Amino acid sequence: MHIPDGFINGVTSLGAGVVAVGGVGAALRSGGRSLEDRQIPMAGLSAAFIFVLQMLNFPVAAGTSGHLIGGALAVILLGPALGITALAVVVVMQALLFADGGISALGLNVFNMAILAGLAGWVVFRALMAVLPKRIPALLAASMVAAWASVVVSSLGFVAQYSLGGRGLVDLDKVLSAMVGVHALIGIGEGIITATVIGAVMAVRPDVVRAARHYRIARSKEAAPSRKAMTVFTAVGLAAALVLVVFVAPLASPDPDGLERVAIDAGFIETAEDSPVAGPLAGYGLEGVADDRIGTIAAGVIGLVVTFAAGLVLVSTTRRRRRRPSDRVPLH
Amino acid sequence: MSGPHTHALLVHGHSPVHHLPARVKLVAMLGFVVAVVITPAEQVWAFLVYGLLLIAVLVLAELPPRHVLKRVGIEIPFVLFALFLPFLGGGRRVDVIGLSLSEAGLWAAWNVVAKGTLGVGSSVILVSTTEIPHLLRGLGQLRVPAVMVAIAGFMVRYLEVVGSELSRMRTAMAARGYAPRWIGEIRALGAAGGALFIRSYERGERVHQAMLARGFSGEMPPLRPDPAPPADWLTGLSVPVAAWFIAITALLL
Repeated sequence: MHIPDGFINGVTSLGAGVVAVGGVGAALRSGGRSLEDRQIPMAGLSAAFIFVLQMLNFPVAAGTSGHLIGGALAVILLGPALGITALAVVVVMQALLFADGGISALGLNVFNMAILAGLAGWVVFRALMAVLPKRIPALLAASMVAAWASVVVSSLGFVAQYSLGGRGLVDLDKVLSAMVGVHALIGIGEGIITATVIGAVMAVRPDVVRAARHYRIARSKEAAPSRKAMTVFTAVGLAAALVLVVFVAPLASPDPDGLERVAIDAGFIETAEDSPVAGPLAGYGLEGVADDRIGTIAAGVIGLVVTFAAGLVLVSTTRRRRRRPSDRVPLH
Repeated sequence: MSGPHTHALLVHGHSPVHHLPARVKLVAMLGFVVAVVITPAEQVWAFLVYGLLLIAVLVLAELPPRHVLKRVGIEIPFVLFALFLPFLGGGRRVDVIGLSLSEAGLWAAWNVVAKGTLGVGSSVILVSTTEIPHLLRGLGQLRVPAVMVAIAGFMVRYLEVVGSELSRMRTAMAARGYAPRWIGEIRALGAAGGALFIRSYERGERVHQAMLARGFSGEMPPLRPDPAPPADWLTGLSVPVAAWFIAITALLL
C-alpha cells in the first residue's frame, strides 16, 4: 500500500499533500489540550506499537502480502484525533527513515493510510455501536467490520488517486476490481487481528480503550471473538468482496477508457489485436460469454476465487514450513 | 535503556554531507524528489543526470555502496509490479527479444523504476548521514507541529523496545508449541498484540510520570543551537537547484 515516488503524478501528489496537511491539522486541533502534554508519551508508544504491528505480514495471494494498516485499531484504542495523528506519524517516519513509501508520495500515503483508514474505521465503528447491544461481543464484531471497512476505503483512496494521476496505463476498472478485491480479502485478516487485539485489551484494561468509553459496556467472560464469529465474518467478507467485484467494478467505467476512446475516434479500433500473452481472462472478459458485462463480472468472480484459494494455499504452506523446530525458535 | 543515541541506519562519518544541518538536507531532498517526479519519463537523459548527481552526493558522503544497495532493496516489490506493466498496457506493441510488449507499458515501467529508485536513493542518503534527534529537530524547524515531532521522537525512541518485546513474546509462544497454520489460530497472535499494546501504553504512562518527576512542564528542553549559515544552504540546495534546472529543461524539450 505504500505508494513510491513516481507512481502518481506530481500535481495529484501535491494536492493530496495539501489535503493530508489539512486533515492531520484538524485531527491535532480537535485533540485539543489533552494531546499536547499528558498523552504525548502514550501516543508515541502507541505509534511505536502500530509501527511494529505493521511489520506483521500475512500472505494474501501470489506475490502480494497484506500487512496490518491498523487504521481502525488506532482510532478504537486511541480515539479519532490521537489515532489519526499517531497513524500519520507512523507513515511519515516510515517514509523518512525506511524509504517505505515515496517522499513526494507522502501526502498520498498519509491521506490513504492515516486519514481515510482512521476516519472510515471510526465512522463505521460508531455507526455499528449505535445500533448494536452494548456488550463485548458486539464491540468486537463492530471492530472487525470497522477494520475491514477501513482497509477497503483506504484502497479506494488509492484508486481515486490513480484515476487522477496514475501513469500505469492499466485500465481503471481493472485497478478498481484488483485493488478492492484484494483489499476486501486483506480486510478479513485485518478485521480478525483488530478484534482479537481489542478483545485482549478489553479483558485486562478496558479503561484504555478510548472508543469503549462512549458506551457502558457490560462485563463479560468472553473477551475474544468466538470461532463462530470469525467464520461468519470471513464468509461475509468474502461475499462482500464478490459483491464489490460484481457490482462496483463493471459499473465504474461504462465508457471505454481514454485509450480506447482515442482508438475509436481515430477509427483504428478494428485493427487493434488482443494481447497474445494474455490468458483466458484477456481483457477481463471470458471468451464465449456473449454479454460483455456479464463476461467482465464472471472474470472478476473467477479472479477473486482464484486469489482467495491461492491465499489459502500460501498461508497453509508457509505455516507448515515454519513448523520445523529450527525455523521456529530464533536463536538470538 | 541507555546506549548510544544513534540508529542502525546511520553511517558514522564526518563528510560535508554529514555536517549539513538536518533542515537543509530535508529541504534539499524534498526539492530533488519533486523535480524527479515532475520530469517526463521519456526524457531518459534527465534521469541519467539525476542518477549521476545522486552518485556524486553518495561519494561525497563516503557511504559504502553495499550499505546503500541493501537499503534500496526495499523497492523490489514495486520493481516486480512494474515488470507486469509492459504485458498489461495497451496501445502500440513492440517486440523485445521475442516478446510482444506494450510500448506505453514499457515507458510506465521505466517511469516507476527510475523515479522510485531515485526517491529511495535520496532518502537513504538523508537517513545514513543524519542522526535522528537532528532529523526530528529539523522537522520542527520546518514548522511540522511540535506535537507530531514529539510523538515521532517517542515513537523512534521506543520502536526498538516495543519491537524486541514482540519478538520475545513470539519466542515464548514458539517455545510453548504455537505454530499457527489456519486463520482461526490467529487469535493467539491477536491476544499477544493486545498484551503488547497494554505493555506499550503502560510504559507510556510510566515514561510520562518519570518525565514529570524530572520537571517536565509540557515543553521538551532545547537542544544545542545549530545555526544554518547561508553557505550551508547554498551547498545543500545546489543539488535540488541543479535537478530543477534539468526538470524544467526536460519539460520544455
